[in-house]
Amino acid sequence: MSPDLLKLIFGRLGIDSLPLHEPIVVGTFVVVALGGATLLAGLTYFRLWGYLWREWFTSVDHKRIGIMYMILGIVMLLRGFADALMMRGQQMLAFNGSEGYLNAHHYDQVFTAHGVIMIFFVAMPLVTGLMNYVVPLQIGARDVSFPFLNNFSFWMTVGGAVLVMASLFIGEFARTGWLAYPPLSNIGYSPDVGVDYYIWALQVAGVGTTLSGINLICTIVKLRCPGMTMMKMPVFTWTSLCTNILIVASFPVLTVVLALLSLDRYVGTNFFTNDFGGSPMMYVNLIWIWGHPEVYILVLPAFGIFSEVTSTFSGKRLFGYTSMVYATVVITILSYLVWLHHFFTMGSGASVNSFFGITTMIISIPTGAKMFNWLFTMYRGRIRFELPMMWTIAFMLTFVVGGMTGVLLAVPPADFVLHNSLFLIAHFHNVIIGGVVFGAFAGINYWFPKAFGFKLDQFWGKMSFWFWVSGFYLAFMPLYVLGLMGVTRRLRVFDDPSLQIWFIIAAIGAVFVLIGIMSMLMQFAVSFLKREQLKDVTGDPWDARTLEWATSSPPPDYNFAFTPVVHDNDAWWDMKRHGYQRPLTGFKPIHMPSNTGTGVILAGFATAMGFGLIWYIWWLAAGSFIAMLAVGIGHTFNYHRDFDIPADDVVRTENARTKLLAGVK
Amino acid sequence: MASQRKLILKGSAVSRLKILALLPLAVALSGCNYVVLAPAGDIAAQQRDLVIISTVLMLLIVVPVMALTVLFAWRYRQSNTAARYEPEWDHSTKLELVIWSAPLLIIVCLGALTWMGTHLLDPYRTLGRIHADRAVDQSKAPLEVDVVALDWKWLFIYPDYGIATVNEMAAPVDRPINFRITASSVMNSFYIPALAGQIYAMPGMETKLHAVVNHAGTYKGFSANYSGSGFSGMRFNFHGLDDKGFDAWVASAKSAGGSLGRAEYLQLEKPSQNDPVRRYGTIDPDLYRLILNMCVETGKMCQSEMMAIDAKGGLGHEGLNNTLPLAYDKYARRGTTFGPEPSFVAGTCTPDAPQGQTTASIKAPTDTAPLLGAGLKRPAFTPLKSSFFLGQRPKSDS
Repeated sequence: MSPDLLKLIFGRLGIDSLPLHEPIVVGTFVVVALGGATLLAGLTYFRLWGYLWREWFTSVDHKRIGIMYMILGIVMLLRGFADALMMRGQQMLAFNGSEGYLNAHHYDQVFTAHGVIMIFFVAMPLVTGLMNYVVPLQIGARDVSFPFLNNFSFWMTVGGAVLVMASLFIGEFARTGWLAYPPLSNIGYSPDVGVDYYIWALQVAGVGTTLSGINLICTIVKLRCPGMTMMKMPVFTWTSLCTNILIVASFPVLTVVLALLSLDRYVGTNFFTNDFGGSPMMYVNLIWIWGHPEVYILVLPAFGIFSEVTSTFSGKRLFGYTSMVYATVVITILSYLVWLHHFFTMGSGASVNSFFGITTMIISIPTGAKMFNWLFTMYRGRIRFELPMMWTIAFMLTFVVGGMTGVLLAVPPADFVLHNSLFLIAHFHNVIIGGVVFGAFAGINYWFPKAFGFKLDQFWGKMSFWFWVSGFYLAFMPLYVLGLMGVTRRLRVFDDPSLQIWFIIAAIGAVFVLIGIMSMLMQFAVSFLKREQLKDVTGDPWDARTLEWATSSPPPDYNFAFTPVVHDNDAWWDMKRHGYQRPLTGFKPIHMPSNTGTGVILAGFATAMGFGLIWYIWWLAAGSFIAMLAVGIGHTFNYHRDFDIPADDVVRTENARTKLLAGVK
Repeated sequence: MASQRKLILKGSAVSRLKILALLPLAVALSGCNYVVLAPAGDIAAQQRDLVIISTVLMLLIVVPVMALTVLFAWRYRQSNTAARYEPEWDHSTKLELVIWSAPLLIIVCLGALTWMGTHLLDPYRTLGRIHADRAVDQSKAPLEVDVVALDWKWLFIYPDYGIATVNEMAAPVDRPINFRITASSVMNSFYIPALAGQIYAMPGMETKLHAVVNHAGTYKGFSANYSGSGFSGMRFNFHGLDDKGFDAWVASAKSAGGSLGRAEYLQLEKPSQNDPVRRYGTIDPDLYRLILNMCVETGKMCQSEMMAIDAKGGLGHEGLNNTLPLAYDKYARRGTTFGPEPSFVAGTCTPDAPQGQTTASIKAPTDTAPLLGAGLKRPAFTPLKSSFFLGQRPKSDS
């Protein structure tokens, strides 16, 4: 075939785009391919494809979508963590003239991918998954406001993840750091496909995130059950509301800034170039106007989880509910006024720097108030140290350290000596692992029995807990120390041999975390095998306080046979105290949304379009775009969008539960 | 027997505590260089002081919170039925006041400290003192150093001495240093931890840093902002020397003999990794300004010139035609797939006038009507490609 024809069909994709010269990548590919083939063969052999498609992939049930988000987050955690291990290994070895085992081309991709994956495809799915699962249940709703949109959002997030994973084996990922600052990320200095993978992965996933944000806001605002005024909403619902407001207000900024960068890269505009009036500093500002709220997008739901857990396991009302809510709202607003603290060193004047430094410190006031509120919720309580509560205590002790170093970095002159150092790395891992990850694990251990009807195994849970917590400290305390020695981030080789010991300790910490992750997977497996022993038929294994515990575990498709009526902010606790009787008769048909495959198909085309744009395969990009429009328009003619669960089915489900409950008593 | 065991236990507890108390000392003595906490320059020392004061201020609240967390978690554990249990207690106005005001007070103090510290330690501010107890010696002029971050090495130009070095820098002890910092291609961050905090080095822009070194010695400097594959090797040594030593250092650079003009610079700025130290005895005195204005290549219009023209109303649409194809931009710069070929703005001065030197004296007509342009003649050379948006316009007669 002529080169022109090849170029027309494959764009810039060729045999040499495959990283065949990187033995590590080839090895990974072999393992992944074998694993993938086994999985596909297994699914085919057990004839699970139809089941998966009908019951999961096309499901519009917020509970199933929530669980799928969690699975995505955990799968991507393995990839992101593999990158972390590679970095720790490289930095541990590259001393005394050794180049380590990763060349710059590979290493620079690894740290970029680590950041991108951990934030966008681990933390975001875990947080979104928990919100998706829990919020409708907590407010007594049957589903989210737009169930189809929810399914579509999830598959767009998967599409982004697929593009990032594809970059591992087809071409390369960005070598720019996780925020892809120009001029480095511009076409002049990154002419390869890496940055294009970055852009389109985030654009595709970003659509999903924004839409899911809109969906959850509508859900919380419009679908609360009777009696649940705003100030009677559970705190997790409050933090979810604030998080989704942040998502809707900040993700468009990310979309626009990446769109401008792609214009620079594709059509030669000069938004962020060095010459022709472009300003790379504008990119840095814009991306952090999204980036700082993003931090709170992740951590606010975690704060909500800790509030629920502390109150439940202390057997006590949450202390200072009102101030908790106001603190959340204040954090939401202030999170827009601090973005410049990420680049004090870019040369702003002293007044600008101190303004942003002080607004940053002000955020620590509501955050501190929250900390005290959890503390006084424990005060005069009866604390049960179940796994979720253990994660919460670990969070409280860890997060204050991260908060303190964060405020320290908000003092501009202090930031001048610590910016971009390993001290900074230690700080944000301290708040993200100590806050978001511990929060997600607390949430998983807390709500798992709700989702599956059996508790998680204690032994492996504790293994996971202790290895994670000690691993975290071992891995990141040395980084604080190294930061004070003036060691900067993203270095591939070192010249000062006295630093090596600290990197070795950090690598040991990373291995501990690895054992923690493995223990967690083990915990899932063991719990599944022991599911009869760990079974919970009450639907309320923790003697909890909010509405999601009022229904069965797992909840029926329709969540609640009758919409509950709420009189107190600890609704379920209140119902239990006032001798709530489950209704046993009078069931009616329940109106529910139908499943649809449109979300999967649309997201599939969006991913194909991204792939086409990355590799300059224009026919693929244009074709997928047109197909997407056609499917989208076609879907508007789909009139089979809903159905009624017959009253008989509801009666059958509810009677089964009555029997179970009677068996227990 | 029992009391004996108690005694032993007590003894071991005491020794354990002793070990704990010795821990920070042991760490400090273990031969590691906590350069951020023990710098050699007055600015870095003041920044270190701020780090320590802020940390102590915050510990005032962080330590009690951590202690209370452990205390409450222990005291109110489920098995301790002796502890009070008040499941409905969820509000206390007094406590709320404490909860909000305690962090507020700390932040008020820290905020005041931040405001002052940020202004006093503004890197753009010239030095008022060279040490906690010594004012600046006004009789000595500060040392001017122009820093350029290249791919992937550092260029230091000493305009007053007419020398330049690559990946090595020196300064006399106790003499203020005025840095002017820029970059050739991508963002870096100029950082010598022992001397002063960092500041970004960015192409086409200038950042400033004022600092002084108080103790003679050799310190590390590097880029603190990832800039591509050679980033790890962007290290240099910073020598704090006494006056005599500095003069000798300058002399050695002078005698090194190499010369750094525009042509040599264009060679030097090409990407390279782990470069050795280089010294140039003579330099083009205009070089730093040309680098900053991104017009080292002959025929390229300097940014200062562009800004001067724009300030007078600009070239209007004629300006769009005033571009030339870009032959070389560090890497084999590629054009975008749909965009125009890479290009640059052509200089508008006559070839014998040095590029950009006429910035101040450019006199554009006062007519600012945009479509007519500012009346400059079109360059003699023909642009290869017409403007992307407007296409070729008929030749203007202005």
